This record gives sequence, structure tokens and C-alpha cells, in this order.
Amino acid sequence: MHKLESKNVNVYYGASQALKDINITIDNNTVTALIGPSGCGKSTYLRLFNRMNDLIDNIKIDGEVLIDGKNIYEKGANVDSLRKNTGMVFQKPNPFPKSIFENVAYGLKVNGISDNKIIEERVETSIKQVALWDEVKDKLKKSAFELSGGQQQRLCIARALAIQPSIILMDEPTSALDPISTSKVEELIYELKSKYTIVIVTHNMQQAARVSDHTAFFYLGELVEYNATKELFTNPKVERTQNYITGRFG
Amino acid sequence: MDNIDENKLTKRKKRTQNISFFILGFLGYTVLFILVVILGFIVVKGFSAISWDFLTKMPEEGMTKGGIFPAIIGTLYLVLGSILFAFPVGVLAAIYMNEYVKDGIIKKVIKQMTNNLSGIPSIVFGLFGMSLFVNKLGFGDSILAGSLTLGLLVLPVIIRTTEEALKSVDDTFRHASIGLGASKWQTTKNVVLPIAFPNIITGLILSVGRVSGETAPILFTVAAYFLPKLPHSIFDQAMALPYHLYVISTSGTNIEESRPIAYGTALVLVMIVLITNLLANALRKYFSKKVKMN
Repeated sequence: MHKLESKNVNVYYGASQALKDINITIDNNTVTALIGPSGCGKSTYLRLFNRMNDLIDNIKIDGEVLIDGKNIYEKGANVDSLRKNTGMVFQKPNPFPKSIFENVAYGLKVNGISDNKIIEERVETSIKQVALWDEVKDKLKKSAFELSGGQQQRLCIARALAIQPSIILMDEPTSALDPISTSKVEELIYELKSKYTIVIVTHNMQQAARVSDHTAFFYLGELVEYNATKELFTNPKVERTQNYITGRFG
Repeated sequence: MDNIDENKLTKRKKRTQNISFFILGFLGYTVLFILVVILGFIVVKGFSAISWDFLTKMPEEGMTKGGIFPAIIGTLYLVLGSILFAFPVGVLAAIYMNEYVKDGIIKKVIKQMTNNLSGIPSIVFGLFGMSLFVNKLGFGDSILAGSLTLGLLVLPVIIRTTEEALKSVDDTFRHASIGLGASKWQTTKNVVLPIAFPNIITGLILSVGRVSGETAPILFTVAAYFLPKLPHSIFDQAMALPYHLYVISTSGTNIEESRPIAYGTALVLVMIVLITNLLANALRKYFSKKVKMN
């Protein structure tokens, strides 16, 4: 069974179609990169997996999106527990205006965990997982805004890990970061792969090539090509993919 | 050739800049000047009337002597009462409008109604308050009826400022919270409201100023012409500063003699508004600091 799967997925924003008949399967413990020019539908596709698209008015979603073989758009599906199982990292580091500790603890608290011991333990583990512990252990009570952009983004990843998801969705997680912070986040993605299934939207082709096992190229709402990353970048089957990855358009 | 043209151009630009700076500066200072003159006028005329007795004693001898204590207390009660009613109702309404209702006709209609509500003359609120709270619901001329009427008056102000405050909270915070499995209410309560709160306080400040100064809505709902005792319950009538000011300047027993008291009353009213504004500002600063540190 595949970890993630989409079957004949169509998405409409009002009258315009954002995704056209997308079929993809994603295996456990892999990193999948979604690439393509702005407006191609890759972010929309990413947000199908934690139903964040539900927040948009006038959206219509057709087809099946499966996690562990279960259609998450089924009537009566539990959206909150779905989101608990899918940690999300956003384009801009967006820690809450709370302390470093509270940022990571937040997801636990809203999901009903009130035992302080468990919370403290999980917060520590999560921050250690993103290799931020040594930098923040003495200032957990300080505002998360005092951290640098790169540290903030790693904190946001820790925040997503704390609720113990099995899937991590990343929407251009390094586009607002400097090169050093970017490489730290990329290393982190590589390490997290052993425990999680990761889907990452990126504008940066080198990044897709560096971190991902599979790459999907979207263009104007269509899935143009989906293949092993190595294969897609060295031997693209479709000319449009070739043109995009060599920078002839984008 | 080119050089000369450039010089001319620079000169002309500079001249236009100087002229516009002068006009803008002049207008800016004029506004400031008017404000200072009004405040100065009230302070100069009213200061001599201010004394400990004036602030703490009942009016005497047909309101030409004595103090304005019951009017001060009445105004404070009315401010407190109307805010207690309007603040929670307004903030919750704004939360509902901004966080829950989808964009569409219903939202547009409610918004338009709120805007219209803020355009209704305050005397109409007074009449409405009289017929509903005083007569229909039987509260009589009372602090309760007056507070509710004033509360209705400032409701649109609170709704509007709260909505603006909520709108200015970046969606990315909402998404982060919902992405962690939080419900909409958890997100609103734990993330959105704390961020918006300092700006919501602004609405509170504006309302306090408005409520303490309004005369028309309290005219038929609570204000007493002369009542030399403090109210004992929310069903009592009360004196209030703006109405007291109106009474002793237009229909007192001896208008000439009570002139200093009128200016003193005006000064106290202005001071109350000023002090509450400062307090609310401090509150706002405190909350914006708390948002950052916590």
C-alpha cells in the first residue's frame, strides 16, 4: 500500500480549474518534490493532503486522496486528526508570537495533551530533532521572534514534529532563508526521511535534485511528468520538463 | 545644454517641494493650533473652578455653588456600563463576522447595516433607548437604560475596529494553527485574538471617549436634571457631566453665576476622557509587549 495517493483529482477555484486529473502515488519514508512555475497548482496539490484547501471559499475538489489507503475526503472523515497526522511547514517562518517553548507545545495543547511532563519531554525531543536545542535551551521562555529566520523555520519544523505526524508537508520552506540556513533545513529533511514521508514544494531545482527521491513537475494544473528525481533531471521524458529544468522557461 | 536643463529641473523640483512642504506644514500646525486653543480656553476658564470640594461635593444653591461629584460618578458608571455591554458583544460579533462567515451577500448586508448604524444621529438612539429600554422593558430612567443606549451607539465603532484588528492578523498564523489540528475557535482564541488585542483596545479607547461625551442618548434614558445624591443601583437615575454642562449653561437657575462651574465641568469631562485614553493606551502597550514576549 502507498503512503499517499491521489486518484483522478480535479480541483476548481470557482470557474477556473487549478488541478487536472492528477494521479500520483507516494511511498513511505521518501521525499517527493513538487516543482513547476508559479500558479501551476503544486501548492494546491500539497494542501490536498491536510485539507488546508478547505479554508478557501468556492473551492471544489473531485476524486480521491488517500492516506494509508483511506480516502481523506470521505464524508465524516476526521479533519482534525488528519491534520494532526500531517505536519505542515510554510513558506515564511511563522512562529506564533509566543515563547519558544509555547510555540512547540501549542500543537500538543490544542490536541488535548495537558500533562506538563509529557509536553516538556516532547518539546525537548522535537527541538533536538531539528538540531536547535543547543541554541535555544537556555532561552525557552524567550519570544520566538528573537530567533533568526533560519532558527525560526527550524522551530516551525519542530512545532510540526511535536504532534508526531507521519507525513510532513513543506511549502517552499527555504524560500525566505539565506544559503546557510537553507542547507541546514535541507540536511534536516534528509535526516527526517527515515521517520516521515515528506512532500516538499520548491522553486529551487537544485534543491529538488538534492533532497528528493521523486519529483513531480506541474504545469498549468497538469502533472507533466512524475519520476525518480535522478531520472527526471538527467533523462526527462517530456520536452516541457526538459525546458523547465534547463531554465528555458519558468 | 544638458547641464543647464538639469539644473533648471532640479531647481523647479526643489521649489515645488518647498511649497508643498510649507502648505502641508501650515495645515498641520493649524490643526494643532486649533486644538491647543480649545484646550487652553477650557483650562484657563475652568481651572479656577476646580477644587477638592468641586470634585467631591454635591451641587448647591440651584447648581450655582458646590461641586459636581454626582455627575462625575454618573458619567463613570455610564462609561463602565456601556462598555461592559458593548465590548463583549461587539468583539464577539466581529469575530463571528471575520472568522466564521464566508464572503457573500449575508456578510455584505451585515457590514452595510453596521456602517449605517454608525451613521444614525445619536438623538435617534436616545429615542430608541427610551421607547425600548425605558418604556417597553420597563427599566425606567436608569443607569441600565442609559448604559444600554450608549452601548448600542458605540457598538458599530467596536465592531469595526475589532474587524480591522482581526483582518490585520496575517493568515499564515491561522494556517499554522489549523495545520496543527487546532479548531477554528482554538485558533481564534489562542492565536488570532492575542495578536489582534492591542488594536482591539483602540476601539475601546474610541468608545470611551464617545460614551463619556454624548448627551443626546442619555437625555431621555438616564440623565437627571438635578439629583444631589449618588445612585444606589443600576435602576437609579444619575447625573452625567455632558448633560450637567448643558443644563447649567442653558436652563440653570442662574446661568451667569454658574458659568465658572460650567467651564469647570467641561474641564473635568475633558480630563476624564484624557485620562481614560492614557490608561487604555498603557493597556494597549502592555498587551502588545505581552504578545511579543509570551
